[in-house]
Amino acid sequence: MSAQSAIPAPSQTNGPGMRAQVAAFSARHRSTSVLVGGSLVAVLLAFVVLVPPFSSFSPQNVWVDGFTNAGVYILLALGLNIVVGMSGLLDLGYAAFFAIGAYVYAFAASPFTGADLPFWPMLFVGAGMAAMFGIMLGAPTLRLRGDYLAIVTLGFGEIVPITILNLSDYTEGPNGIGGISPPSIGDVPFPTTGNPWPYYVTMVGLIIISMILIYRLQESRLGRSWMAIREDELAASANGINTVTTKLLAFALGASTAGLAGVFLAAKLQTVTPNLFRFDVSFTVLAMVVLGGMGNIWGVAIGAFIVYEIQNVVLKQLNLFFDNVQVPILSDINFIEYQYLLFGVALVAMMLLRPEGLFPSQRRKRELHTEEDAEFGELGDPMGAAPE
Amino acid sequence: MGSESPAAPAASAETILQARQVTKRFGGLVAVRDINLDIPQGGIVSIIGPNGAGKTTFFNVVAGIIDPTAGTVAFKGTTLISRPRRVWLESVLWVVPALVVAIVALALGAGGAGDNGLLVTTILVAVALVVTLVVATIRPAWYTTFLSRLGVLRSARPNDVVSAGMGRTFQNIRLFQNMTALENILVGMHLQLRSNMVDHFAASRRQQREEAAAAERARELLRLVGLRGRDDELAKNLPYGDQRRLELARALGNRPALLLLDEPTAGMNPNETAQMTALIGRLRADLGLSVLLIEHDMRVVMGISDHILVMDHGELISEGTPEEVRRDPKVIEAYLGTGAS
Repeated sequence: MSAQSAIPAPSQTNGPGMRAQVAAFSARHRSTSVLVGGSLVAVLLAFVVLVPPFSSFSPQNVWVDGFTNAGVYILLALGLNIVVGMSGLLDLGYAAFFAIGAYVYAFAASPFTGADLPFWPMLFVGAGMAAMFGIMLGAPTLRLRGDYLAIVTLGFGEIVPITILNLSDYTEGPNGIGGISPPSIGDVPFPTTGNPWPYYVTMVGLIIISMILIYRLQESRLGRSWMAIREDELAASANGINTVTTKLLAFALGASTAGLAGVFLAAKLQTVTPNLFRFDVSFTVLAMVVLGGMGNIWGVAIGAFIVYEIQNVVLKQLNLFFDNVQVPILSDINFIEYQYLLFGVALVAMMLLRPEGLFPSQRRKRELHTEEDAEFGELGDPMGAAPE
Repeated sequence: MGSESPAAPAASAETILQARQVTKRFGGLVAVRDINLDIPQGGIVSIIGPNGAGKTTFFNVVAGIIDPTAGTVAFKGTTLISRPRRVWLESVLWVVPALVVAIVALALGAGGAGDNGLLVTTILVAVALVVTLVVATIRPAWYTTFLSRLGVLRSARPNDVVSAGMGRTFQNIRLFQNMTALENILVGMHLQLRSNMVDHFAASRRQQREEAAAAERARELLRLVGLRGRDDELAKNLPYGDQRRLELARALGNRPALLLLDEPTAGMNPNETAQMTALIGRLRADLGLSVLLIEHDMRVVMGISDHILVMDHGELISEGTPEEVRRDPKVIEAYLGTGAS
């Protein structure tokens, strides 16, 4: 036994690489590193767009505004990652909580209801309401697993926008609620056009805080319970984990992040319509989580950013490019129409080539990569037990 | 110690687990019929029997995974497992608070206030419903007490059984495959940890101290079962025998008073079997644990058991000390077939 444990030692004495050192440091000072890393990325992004290839597409203001919208999706992906990546509960109706957050703020600060509550506390209220709906959805579905849970959540995801659509008396139906107040600091409201910076900074702050909190959850006893439930629910409950409350908490916390995103979106667009929360949002966010690397918080955030930028910038720029440069077939294609085809192809390719996602968590990598299994088969098992 | 007189008042001071007339029916098949079992404090009681005798079904009833058709299981004097009664009433009760809210609101004149009054009522009713559902899913102690007063009885769930003080292992190893050995045990220590949501979000010092202490104790448990220094190995990469031992260590994490072991030596070679048997004996000596052991391998149980129950086709066919069981012709018949004796 001691001989076996001695084997990895020599590789360690070669000196841990730069990357390993950074990883070790960030594991020790998680919150600081997220704060510093997040702010650095935010600043870099805002200024990288001043450099030629990007600056030719659109001015900095437009870029930064786009990044803010991408931030909404990053928040959504971070929240869905709690439910899908960390707890292993497939949720296909995630956009419902997004909608609930948005409508909570729309009711709280628009001429439609006449109320004008301030934005900052409403962030918490929106998150709380979404969490409550998360529990409401979670409570009856907790006995379901896998496919069944996916179907029920899919249904819930449809129920919420359709209810909003049809309750015209209370929600203005398909027209949506307009004239929502923007956030304000003191008496100064955020500028709604021209200057995207206040929203951008708010978004970056929300993302960093969410990431820090989610990291803390992941590294706590609760995160460990989620992981255990994902691995083997029966074994988890046989070790004293109350699977009902633990799964409910996953739903509630995931939903509350979506609620945050919803409140922010309503305040940024100053208008909400049921169309913003259709199934394609749930699907896109799920694709972001899968592509980014389920379970890895940074990976999911980066995955969401990449997917959003491809969807909203790259495809648009391709269209513009081929409008100007005449290439026989490509110029006739409207690339934006093909975005879901691209998603499909990307997801299939992903599952074949790199099932753990672009930036996998260590754990997912171990789960899905066959390297270790090969090693296992090579060394053989004394009892002839199969790897799985 | 035996169950010769099931109706006799239990000597609960020394009996840690007491099963009375446990029966489980799956459709027409009676998997377990009228099993009585007492485990004394610090005793090792084994259930043996050929494959399909109903050992694991009985075991799962005790562990709270399946509800019995009849009978009760009491642990340390409190009835944990029994046949569920009037469960339908519970879901009816969930609607009651919402109805009360609706009636009160309408009685106070919300109905006369037009659309807004109705809206407020609807919101209040929804809130009442949500609160009830949340309470019902979390099931705090007062909720269960209230229900049992109304005659609604529900059997303990697996995690309730664990928090009462039992730990179990599985016949087919169910480790958390992609977690390390240490993490597996930390999950097993879940109920020993006290940090709450506020601690999680604040990453408080209290939680850090607690986690450090937990990791220290998890390492001790690994040492106890002979897996010293294997902390960071993934459970799935451990050899088969070590996986069994890790599962045992995980079951010890919540400091159980009674250990339920389902075929702890299944698939092991004679050498590993001997080690495991010795380990179980040592656990009783060192930690004062009581053990309920299920085996179909007679040799394993003969050495360490105080008392043995033999099951076949769901029924108890013999019980007594290892010596008595060994000589019982019915046992020999069940294992080797008629005429073999």
